[in-house]
Amino acid sequence: MNKALSDTPVPFQLNGREAAPLVAPGQRLSEVLRESLSQRDVKIGCDAGDCGACTVLIDGDPVCACLTPAHQVAGRKVETVQGLNAQDPVATRLKQSFLDHGAAQCGICTPGMIVSAVALLRDVPAPTETQVQDALGGVLCRCTGYRKIIDAVMGAPAMATETAGQVGDAIQHLDGIEKVSAVVKYGDDVAPAGCLEVMVIRSPFARATFEIGDLEGFAQAAGLDAVLTVADVPGQNCFGVIPGFEDQPVFAERETRFRGEAVAALVGARDALRAIDPDVLPIVWTELPAAQDMGAAQSVSAAQLHKGRNNNVMCTGFVTCGDPEAALERAHVTVEGRFQSGFVEHAYIEPEAGFAELVDGRLEVHACTQAPVMDLDGLSLVLGLDRAKIRVVPTAVGGGFGAKLDMSVQPYLALAAIKTGKPVRLCYSRTESMQSSTKRHPCDITLRIGADEDGKLCGFDFRGSFDTGAYASWGPTVANRVPVHASGPYRVADYVAQAKGVHTNNPPSGAFRGFGVPQSAIAQESLFDELAEKLGMDALEFRIANALDNDVPTVCGQVFDQGVGIKSCLEALRPAWDLERAEAEGFNARNEKLKRGVGIASGWYGCGNTSLPNPSTIKCGIRADGSVVLHQGAMDIGQGANTVITQIFATALGVEAGQITRVGVDTDVTPDAGKTSASRQTFVSGNAARLSGKALRAAILERLNVAEDAVLGFRDREIHATDAAGSHVLTLSALAADEDGFVLRAEESYDPPTKPLDDNGQGHPYAQFGYAAHLAVVEVDTALGIVRPVKFVAAHDVGQAINPMLVEGQIHGGIAQGLGMALMEEYIPGRTENLHDYLIPTIGDIPPIEAIIIEEADAHGPFGAKGLGEHVLIPTAPALLNAIKHATGVRLYKGPATPSVVHEALKKSVMQ
Amino acid sequence: MAYSQPSLLSDALCLRKQAGVRVIAGGTDFYPALRPGEQTENVLDITRVGGLSDIKQTEDATRFGAAATWSNVVRADLPAAFDALKQAAREVGSLQIQNAGTIAGNICNASPAADGVPPLLALNAEVELASAARGTRILPLGEFITGVRQTVLREDELVTAIIVPKQHVRMTSGFEKLGSRRYLVISIAMTAVNILLDAQGKIADARVAVGSCSAVAQRLTALEARLIGQDPYKLRISQDDIASLTPIDDVRGAASYRFDAVRHQVQRAIHKAVTS
Repeated sequence: MNKALSDTPVPFQLNGREAAPLVAPGQRLSEVLRESLSQRDVKIGCDAGDCGACTVLIDGDPVCACLTPAHQVAGRKVETVQGLNAQDPVATRLKQSFLDHGAAQCGICTPGMIVSAVALLRDVPAPTETQVQDALGGVLCRCTGYRKIIDAVMGAPAMATETAGQVGDAIQHLDGIEKVSAVVKYGDDVAPAGCLEVMVIRSPFARATFEIGDLEGFAQAAGLDAVLTVADVPGQNCFGVIPGFEDQPVFAERETRFRGEAVAALVGARDALRAIDPDVLPIVWTELPAAQDMGAAQSVSAAQLHKGRNNNVMCTGFVTCGDPEAALERAHVTVEGRFQSGFVEHAYIEPEAGFAELVDGRLEVHACTQAPVMDLDGLSLVLGLDRAKIRVVPTAVGGGFGAKLDMSVQPYLALAAIKTGKPVRLCYSRTESMQSSTKRHPCDITLRIGADEDGKLCGFDFRGSFDTGAYASWGPTVANRVPVHASGPYRVADYVAQAKGVHTNNPPSGAFRGFGVPQSAIAQESLFDELAEKLGMDALEFRIANALDNDVPTVCGQVFDQGVGIKSCLEALRPAWDLERAEAEGFNARNEKLKRGVGIASGWYGCGNTSLPNPSTIKCGIRADGSVVLHQGAMDIGQGANTVITQIFATALGVEAGQITRVGVDTDVTPDAGKTSASRQTFVSGNAARLSGKALRAAILERLNVAEDAVLGFRDREIHATDAAGSHVLTLSALAADEDGFVLRAEESYDPPTKPLDDNGQGHPYAQFGYAAHLAVVEVDTALGIVRPVKFVAAHDVGQAINPMLVEGQIHGGIAQGLGMALMEEYIPGRTENLHDYLIPTIGDIPPIEAIIIEEADAHGPFGAKGLGEHVLIPTAPALLNAIKHATGVRLYKGPATPSVVHEALKKSVMQ
Repeated sequence: MAYSQPSLLSDALCLRKQAGVRVIAGGTDFYPALRPGEQTENVLDITRVGGLSDIKQTEDATRFGAAATWSNVVRADLPAAFDALKQAAREVGSLQIQNAGTIAGNICNASPAADGVPPLLALNAEVELASAARGTRILPLGEFITGVRQTVLREDELVTAIIVPKQHVRMTSGFEKLGSRRYLVISIAMTAVNILLDAQGKIADARVAVGSCSAVAQRLTALEARLIGQDPYKLRISQDDIASLTPIDDVRGAASYRFDAVRHQVQRAIHKAVTS
């Protein structure tokens, strides 16, 4: 193992400078660049050439640094994104273009995108869309939906050219420059080179008992620093996200409940850990029969996964109103169907990663997360450590979409730092990430809907089972949210919806953009098309006729007297609906094997927690030098909270967003702005920011005794206020600064007004809903079953677009994920645990998207704004499935609609 | 030896004799196949061997050096008979993969879904193997790959070139790949054809190779024989024509789907070839 002896210096040119790092035989270039040469602008997403995040140029050609033996670059020229940014005018222009288009959301794919695009633009200064796609096809992005990246590379007219602006202005991401410059630090970018690392030992079986042998002895022989087992967990060996459902152990005890579950961990130097073959560890596994689907888990012979959860039912949700049975009985027509879907993986390009150390006797954890305060609470529980002894400083997050709400690396980092007393680092491999992180719940839904002769809905009976996997995670949220939302944004007077979460020996299902609503929307929106067809009605007009409206009760009996925008969304699709269907008809008359179809679907989504408090607090202040500081605790995971919250705050205060200095997120510094989840940040934290800005403004106006409409100006050590009476100056040096350095300050909280649901699910679950309707056009190759989306038109009621460019970014990204779910994505434990067997859309799979922004202001939203993040994904999959039906006459009940599945369905329909 | 990058083939062949040595070129299959804990200690990098990346045309053959990358293939000036190979080259993973992955690596990896194999089979490609002890031998590609991840490459041998015998000047070709997304995709099925038409526009010579539908990509020789004399625009490919395929059900698609898809692919690849 004398690795060091065979290390040799490899001289090459890196970003224009000579480098000669010591390289071990076969060492990857990506590792040498990041660890030996501090080039952490090179990102690692898969270590297998599947994601392209590590793309660098070797002698001008883009390659994956993770697949390049570092020895191979001897004598050659290597360029990374930082080098290109510094030296190449093409890269400088591109960087600006990415900012102007909002083409970087989380930013983790941006280095790979920019490097690939520079290589293209050097050869082809004005590329076509196809050339851009061919050149960037090897870099995966999970946030943007690629369209803005294509625009940025092609140099389309920019949407935003500056950072100055208020609510309603399309300004650049305020943190965008750090992302396009690739200086922002993600989970695996903060640890110093050479620090100890953690390797988690995981179950190779879905269910197994295990005996850990002399792991200490093994670790000593291998030159490791420490072993972590359940004996090292000083607090409670279980964590979770929902009170009363904390059931997931840090380390499994006696028996594992899913493939990839942790049983122990090793701590040591990087090279020593990399040399360990997991198969030779002194652990004896005994595989046990596992329940790998809901049917098996609920059979008589199934073992019960958790005490008190009989028949493996974790929990249920229920909403009813009117008399659904009688309504279905008297309905003029009814339709029914059974819809099933599988696991969907979040597939953010940044695997879970972080760093922890002890600083002055306190534990500091730096990791990618969507919920820093929940991490702190979880760590406190697991470590049995006072909250005051823990500091969580989130790194930048390379995509989350729900799965980074749960703790992942955090407990292992914490335990390792405490046990060794040294700084430690952990970055999951792609496979480890996919095995152990949460997933979208597989579902099995039976739905029956009726309508009367006039085409009004008449009875709705929904039963859904959701595979929640081995642990609860956010399963209870899915069980509660689905019955509230399963009606879609429609008036259903007679309704029943039951949802249950079922435990299996699968990875825990948790939060994933929409919490089960995208699955239920597939069933409901598919059957709406069937109903309309049976009634002989136009599918769009049928939806408009049944759409919710102001003063019309939801299935929970909640009545909004304002802000219900679904009709506007649907009506906005009318021109495209008429045009595209006419075009499809012509197209289909001309083509025999290729068939076009147009589909629509709606969605709605309640912003914030369901009938539970979820306050956000935002603090701000003015320093003696006149700078305005915003303590921004709402995690920006690429969606743009840093920009949107600042725009709201700046507007309330009466200044430009670009003038604000942002601080945080850091649990020592920023008050709790809650988790980035449930499409709540713009709405809830936005309101806290608005109140905070307003309070700060009030404090200034009061001191200067000026009018409400005074114009504020922040200068060097002075605040100027101008009103009708003239100009007034507040000299800041005269004021005492507090412990935060503030001479003036404000701190405000907001918690959405909701009311609990009763036994029938009646109440006020959310203070606001957002609404959406999508139109999808597809071309189906009926010979091969290939579905090619051609176009989307997406109308979204966001109340007030705080930043139209970011709204479009969310729409594009959500559609890309909805498209993936509909057409290609299915996670199968043990089989698709990497990004070449688990497919997500590439830049060649997302067609042009026309975004229509509807602004039906909401009384509770900051400046009328509504949440958006999750809404986007909900109508996409059913719109695509309805388009496939329109094109082919075939309705799919079980996804994803891969060529093989579509072909099979077409064949069956022909035989019938 | 740790990591060696010889510039002479003779040195490379000497190093190859050592026990446990692993050959690397583009690395695009090498790294993804590494298991956790697996060490990469004795590595023979053949990418600096002089001439090994060249693509050369002689009087009676086209010679692809083993370390020629897919991008080299795309850029090479080759007759229409090689269009299918070029089309396949553009479908290998992504541009990043095409810039690193090599033609010999693709056949040595012996994946049933190797993009390069069907077009090379349809070109009647041969594999040149060399060892220090026994010199050079040449095998038809169809005999070189013997199973899933299995070849007849001996412990001390290197693939040095892929040799394609001279093709008829009017020979054209076409390639079809089927996957669940646009880029970076392992094929569900793929078909390469080389077609020669006679003066009447009827098929005079046909070679059809299908990948991802059997343990090793294969030529459909019975179909090839049946195609002679046919009008390429009026073909119907039957189940019997592809009966030698043995596709499996996997996450990418059902076996029955592959059977159906290949029939269409063959037809489309022939159309592509004759309209190119």
